[in-house]
Amino acid sequence: MTSFRSAALAVVGLAAFLALWEAAPRLDLVNPAFLPPPSSLPAAFAREISSGAWLRAVAESLSHYVVGLGAGAGAGIALGLLAGMFRWFESLTAWVVRLLRPIPGLAWVPFAIIWFGVQPSAAVFIIAIGVFWIVFFATQGAVRGVDRDLIEVAQAFGFRGPFARLVKILLPAATPGILVGLRTALGQAWMAVVAAEIFGVPGIGARMMQASSLLSTDIVVVYMLTMAGLYGLFDTGFVALQGWLLRWRV
Amino acid sequence: MSAVERPIIDIRGLSLAYERDGRRTEILSSLDLAVPRGQFLVIVGESGVGKSTLLRVLIDLAKPSTGTVHLDTDPQKTRTPMALVFQDARLLPWRRVIDNVAFGLERHGLSKPERRERAAAMLKLVGLSDLAGRWPHQLSGGQRQRIAIARALAVEPEVLLMDEPFSALDSFTREGLQDEIQRIKAQTGKTVLFVTHDIDEAVYLADRVVVLAGSPGRIAADVTLAPPRPRQRRDAALVEAARHLRAELSRRSAEL
Repeated sequence: MTSFRSAALAVVGLAAFLALWEAAPRLDLVNPAFLPPPSSLPAAFAREISSGAWLRAVAESLSHYVVGLGAGAGAGIALGLLAGMFRWFESLTAWVVRLLRPIPGLAWVPFAIIWFGVQPSAAVFIIAIGVFWIVFFATQGAVRGVDRDLIEVAQAFGFRGPFARLVKILLPAATPGILVGLRTALGQAWMAVVAAEIFGVPGIGARMMQASSLLSTDIVVVYMLTMAGLYGLFDTGFVALQGWLLRWRV
Repeated sequence: MSAVERPIIDIRGLSLAYERDGRRTEILSSLDLAVPRGQFLVIVGESGVGKSTLLRVLIDLAKPSTGTVHLDTDPQKTRTPMALVFQDARLLPWRRVIDNVAFGLERHGLSKPERRERAAAMLKLVGLSDLAGRWPHQLSGGQRQRIAIARALAVEPEVLLMDEPFSALDSFTREGLQDEIQRIKAQTGKTVLFVTHDIDEAVYLADRVVVLAGSPGRIAADVTLAPPRPRQRRDAALVEAARHLRAELSRRSAEL
């Protein structure tokens, strides 16, 4: 199939989806209050923009997202490197990891509220936990999988300490694997943003809950699409960064 | 060379064994070998005879069980007295060619421009200046191995160790690199320890050929080759030396 044809089909598919969506409430197949037609969305979007609510919610959510992602990924990479490099560290943490790993990020919500209150730091904490595990395991696995032969090259040229091994070989060689983990975490963190904000920390999630309690479902949909757009933006940016960082690969 | 000059490498009573699942395997057994400064020494033997292990001991990638290795190198001269060229070039895929060549210099206390400059000179020596900005995956096998040689020479080692460096290459590339390494050897005057299982390659390159044979590996023959350089591949003396070494090897294998 040519790329033009597949692009055309994609447009047709999207148009059909929107038409179906528009038709359902208009033909009274569903209550418009439960499912706002897409034609009502631009107006709702304009209202949110002009009231300043959209920009505020997006800015708040993005700050939770970026800080949570940074903290979780930073800790995940650091501890993942340690666990990948040193058997003793892996053994030391093996049972702690096994104990904490299965606990879903959202199960930390009660403690997040107790420890941080209904504050941005609580949302950051929830997001960071989800990100941490993904990045931790990706990093550990990537370091473990580094070609022994390359480590030998470093040794043969006199780079024998763990720090030199890390900087000269392990980190660059593990970068592809770490980036795969980070990309997964990028998506995971968006889910956590909404979840973390739904319990009241201001942001997109909180704004959606507010709108839904007023049955302003058009506004809910505006924010759902906002999240899809923001995620697409981040993912595209990340893929570009990944391509640049891994430009040495075939 | 004066008669009293000490060998640059002096190996005495070197043995190496490892234990796995309670079974002891000896790789090398009480090996004595002295390498004069500036010699092109080729070590030949069948696979598994400990040739590579010997190089790994010299560059401290493996620890001998007993015996000593004395190096008469000058620590003032370079921080890397020996450098190893692996069989599979083992370039670091995330570094451009020039930075692969500069790799070993990163602990020599040089600035980045100085390292680049020295790496560029080494690239010139192996005739690949044009490839400085390429990634390793863009190179052919022969180019990769020449970059690996440049990387080893960049640290200005007194001894160049080469572990079957041409065995994975096609025969045209191999012959080209054999001539190349002789030229580099003549140009730099380095001591070279070259491991191979190819007897024709050994006699073509070597000032001296040491045959390792048996399990554990011992020195089975030690032959000095006098023909002047540049050599002809079909030189009668070299052909005769190869015939002699083949006979020696098969006699040794038959004894075992």
